[in-house]
Amino acid sequence: MSSSTVVNEYQPKTSVGRITNFVDSRVGGSAMVKEFGRKIFPDHWTFMFGEVALYTFVILLLSGTFLTFFFDPSMTEVAYDGSYVPLRGIEMSAAYASSLDISFDIRGGLFMRQVHHWSALLFVAAVSVHMLRVFFTGAFRKPRELNWVVGSVLLILAMAAGFTGYSLPDDLLSGNGLRIIDGVIKSIPVIGTYISFFLFGGEFPGTVIIPRLYVLHILLIPALILLLIAIHLFMVVAHKHTQFPGPGRTNDNVVGYPVGPVYAAKAGGFFFIVFGVVAAISAAFTINPIWNYGPYDPSPVSAGTQPDWYIGWVDGALRLMPGIIAGIPLEWEIPFPWGVNTLSLNVLLPALVPAGLVFTLMFAWPWIESWITKDKREHHLLDRPRNAPARTAVGVAGVVFYCVMWAAASSDLIATHFMVSLNDVTYWLRVLFVIGPFIGFIVARRIALALQRKDREIALHGRETGRIVRLPHGEFIEVHEQVDAYKRYTLVNFESHEVLPAEADVNGHVPKNEKRRAWISKFFFEDRVAPVTPAELEAAHSHGHHGEVAGEHDKASISSH
Amino acid sequence: MKALSQRRRHPLAAIALLLMGLLVTGGIYAVASTANEAQAQTAVSASDVEEGEKLFVANCATCHGMGASGTEDGPSLVGVGAASVDFQVGTGRMPLQMQGPQAQVKPPQFTDEQTRQMAAYVASLGAGPAIPGEEVLDTTGEGVDPANGGELFRVNCAMCHNAAAAGGALTRGKFAPGLEGVSAKHTYEAMVTGPQNMPVFNDANITPEEKQDIIAFLEVIDEQGSPGGADLGALGPVSEGLFIWVAGLGVIIAFTVWLTSRSS
Ligand code: HEC
Ligand code: HEC
Ligand code: HEM
Repeated sequence: MSSSTVVNEYQPKTSVGRITNFVDSRVGGSAMVKEFGRKIFPDHWTFMFGEVALYTFVILLLSGTFLTFFFDPSMTEVAYDGSYVPLRGIEMSAAYASSLDISFDIRGGLFMRQVHHWSALLFVAAVSVHMLRVFFTGAFRKPRELNWVVGSVLLILAMAAGFTGYSLPDDLLSGNGLRIIDGVIKSIPVIGTYISFFLFGGEFPGTVIIPRLYVLHILLIPALILLLIAIHLFMVVAHKHTQFPGPGRTNDNVVGYPVGPVYAAKAGGFFFIVFGVVAAISAAFTINPIWNYGPYDPSPVSAGTQPDWYIGWVDGALRLMPGIIAGIPLEWEIPFPWGVNTLSLNVLLPALVPAGLVFTLMFAWPWIESWITKDKREHHLLDRPRNAPARTAVGVAGVVFYCVMWAAASSDLIATHFMVSLNDVTYWLRVLFVIGPFIGFIVARRIALALQRKDREIALHGRETGRIVRLPHGEFIEVHEQVDAYKRYTLVNFESHEVLPAEADVNGHVPKNEKRRAWISKFFFEDRVAPVTPAELEAAHSHGHHGEVAGEHDKASISSH
Repeated sequence: MKALSQRRRHPLAAIALLLMGLLVTGGIYAVASTANEAQAQTAVSASDVEEGEKLFVANCATCHGMGASGTEDGPSLVGVGAASVDFQVGTGRMPLQMQGPQAQVKPPQFTDEQTRQMAAYVASLGAGPAIPGEEVLDTTGEGVDPANGGELFRVNCAMCHNAAAAGGALTRGKFAPGLEGVSAKHTYEAMVTGPQNMPVFNDANITPEEKQDIIAFLEVIDEQGSPGGADLGALGPVSEGLFIWVAGLGVIIAFTVWLTSRSS
């Protein structure tokens, strides 16, 4: 009570002060700033990708609003009479004509289009990198599982926002993309054709798809993204931010800077940096030169048709899919009493299965992991990726899987630019599609384990200095230097899961599911590298070689490894 | 109309009239002289054919056979026409350097004179498309419509050459090249002869006027460059995606590292 009386007694001396005081005493702003401003935000560069996503989203809102002033989302046919000569007099939709006008006849329009598109690419890239950092550091663990799910939904929404926007100018390139989507929808058994007709208001392309995509793109999807970002950030504040382990950093505190004023100032500055980078790119590099592609018309298809990068992996899956496997064609015509229905597995499978797999695993991973490790505790300290070799390996396998499909989306450009046969590129990528994730898994795990062993070595015996010393009796040894206590702390202070054998339930019976869990647990953790225990550290350091010259023990331990 | 009748008595009207007269005479002269040139170019003499045969026997007959009747290593050239030879030799594709999925472009191995002579020789073996004259290739004339050319290009050529004429891949190592900087003559010849995996677009398919429009379109997009800034190879979303991941995100990461290193 006493503090609030103090606030009420405050007498502002200037008129600005009086106005702000008036507002504050009714809105309670200073109390909010006090509460929120004292939140601590730890500093690490990998923690800033969420911010990049947020800022590019703000840039998208700003530049997108500019574009709505001039864009005409209509498929009415008009004859172009703007200033771009190679399209003069051509029949095109009003949407395409107005996009051309934005590019050539509205001051600053081309720049704003490029700002909007470049920031869209950067937005999805930042969201993806942000997600990868959350994954590889284990920031999704309890209590943040739900925020991980919110984030996953945001990723899907970001892709949807990108795709709907990409289609709006109604140029040849994006029209080809829509046609592929139409094909995928039509490959859904029985209902596909109906969905397609419903979506396009009749046979493709019809005259309603652009206005419909427009509503999704500027209204529904951004509103959903905004809502989810609000929930997302609210949860970040409620959970507090995670931090990397280090001296003084525990599961119960957060070491860093308060949001206000240090962090807020930094974040505000960072917004302008991101804006500046996007603006510089947009001023110097062209993106989506729609005038090159011409108006959409269902008959021509251009070579080198690709979607924006974040849809590329789905396009790649379609390109990788063979039409015939082992002599069995994947397109079946099934005679039904009412007529013949076509089942195009060669389109249906690649369009839905890889994406379904990736997204299911993504949404479910926090629960999968805690099921395997039986770890239901709260975690506010992050893992270094090497200290969770199995998770890191799963992540790398996923990244490889994604990247193979991604590369397949540019198979034609790989072929022409590296002077190889398009067919060979496709065959190789098919092989990689199958074995790549496994190789990625094995290699990543081996690397993580090797790094852990190296850490262990350094914690116990110090750093190799490269200084060779000759002892009085003629023996050569290398001098090891102990790392300081701070550094050693990060090397030894981590948690590592052990194999948890299957447990019997109350009836003494081991359920199938538990056996499965135990098998995965063994596969994941059997060759783990245990963290250095205080006893080991004690033993290693009391062995009579303080600092300078490595003794017998060093040599023994080196040869024993 | 009213504005025009008012300006008729303007003191500068006489000068404008004079200028117009000069322009018209100049234009007529230019057209007449190019027509003459074109005739001069297509006219071949018996000695050209003779010289051409010598060059052909020395450089091409190993693959194309004596009398250009074809061998295992090269097709018969009877009836392919002068345009085909002019295209193949003028772009450096022939003489073929190595067997591969497709003859590669390289610096031309023969002078214009020698090329013309070989073309004359091959043309003498059987009728085929002739080398187009200047009047066919003139894209500055009345009624040439690059926009129509663009439309025709998207419908007939973009599936192989890409809508922005940046080129594209075909199966088994074959590819349709990017068309930047290809001369009007070679473009015309490519359409009428259909080199290797490219189909022939004869005059019933695409009329000579339409071919002119296509050439005009290619010239316009060549000249205009990229209005929106560096075009990153005109490869579309792939180069854009690569750019944002490598350059865009790279710069951003550099800034994040810098920002977080300031405090601790
Ligand atoms: C090493 C063998 C080789 C040599 C030498 C060679 N050619 Fe060819 N030429 C070929 C092959 C093979 C083709 C068919 C290319 C294809 O269609 O894929 C060809 C195609 C052509 C064509 C196109 C035929 C058509 O159907 O339009 C012309 C014209 C031609 N060559 C002219 C020449 C001339 C002129 C020379 C000599 C300067 C020459 N070639 C030397 C192998 C050769
Ligand atoms: C089926 C695919 C295909 C289509 C359609 C096609 N081309 Fe080609 N084009 C090719 C291929 C393949 C080559 C390369 C031939 C070679 O190297 O001998 C080529 C070569 C060319 C060249 C020579 C380029 C150079 O670098 O010398 C020009 C010019 C050309 N095409 C123009 C056109 C035009 C104009 C059209 C439309 C009227 C068209 N093409 C349609 C496949 C195609
Ligand atoms: C619209 C897109 C997104 C925006 C604007 C956004 C924004 C942010 C911000 C600003 C933070 C705090 C700083 C940070 O750790 O980077 C954060 C944290 C977090 N984000 Fe996102 N994010 C987005 C998408 C995602 C996605 C796709 C995922 C995962 C599927 C995700 C999962 C998380 C989690 C779990 C945290 C807490 C991390 C921690 O406390 O260490 N977010 N987000």
